[in-house]
Amino acid sequence: MKIAVVVFPGSNCDIDLFEALHTVCGAAVEYVSHKRDNLDGFDAVMLPGGFSYGDYLRCGAIARFSNIMPAIVEFAKQGKPVFGTCNGFQILTEAGLLPGALKQNDSLKFICKTVSLTVENNQTLFTTQYKKKETIALPIAHADGSYYADEETLAELEENHQVVFRYAGENPNGSLNNIAGITNKAGNVLGMMPHPERAVEAILGNLDGLRLFKSLLENGKVTTEEAVR
Amino acid sequence: MVNVRIFVTYKQSVFNPQGETITDAIHSLGFSAVKKVNVGKFFDLQIEPNDKSVEEIVSQVSEQLLVNFNLETYHYEVMEEA
Repeated sequence: MKIAVVVFPGSNCDIDLFEALHTVCGAAVEYVSHKRDNLDGFDAVMLPGGFSYGDYLRCGAIARFSNIMPAIVEFAKQGKPVFGTCNGFQILTEAGLLPGALKQNDSLKFICKTVSLTVENNQTLFTTQYKKKETIALPIAHADGSYYADEETLAELEENHQVVFRYAGENPNGSLNNIAGITNKAGNVLGMMPHPERAVEAILGNLDGLRLFKSLLENGKVTTEEAVR
Repeated sequence: MVNVRIFVTYKQSVFNPQGETITDAIHSLGFSAVKKVNVGKFFDLQIEPNDKSVEEIVSQVSEQLLVNFNLETYHYEVMEEA
């Protein structure tokens, strides 16, 4: 199994994702340019954080028109694992792969700090190594991370257990239902504002993100091969 | 050529943090008469109609790109014929 890390103009967490998967987890990973039009040979795809296309219009709105996006949509429809963190989450909502939208933080501030999260669903491809209702800590770094969806959509998310991570204690950005991360109905697409790739080594002071990648590698039977840089 | 201005704003049901902050600032100036501010954005399009009408072009561009209907709504005005 091989993982694609998609690089858009303005992505800035692509190397963090690559290193978390390759150097720390030993997975086979390859950078994939936004210009490419297929995901042939890949078994999972990850959309990194950053400011794709300068966040012009709305965060993630322009990335939706990248060459690679139709392939990502098709990939998701086939039930293969798709993960987006921060700007990657925003892109997944703009592309219609996840419901709702991310809007400006209630405080109007860019917030960069470690927050507490509750693992609400440990039955996804990405979370089997966590315990249900476990409290973990992960860094957030965003100005537009306030999750919004209409009441009907929120009720559906809750009913289907699509809320995977919830802010525990303080809600940093005004997200409805304290939502920090959700999956699609099928459960193969996960988007989250926190950055698990920034919490994978002791030297980073936090290991709580590591199990997300290890869960996927275990569940997806990702082989350990040499990464292509 | 037709000049069209498309206004995009948050739906009334969506909390607009900028609007609330600006409302507070207006109150600080002493204008207690101002009860609510909703901040949005506008796009000025210069359109040379072809096989599609201005109305069709504006609605399709708005719906497919300029507006995120999860949060936002829009309306437009034809400014003047240039």
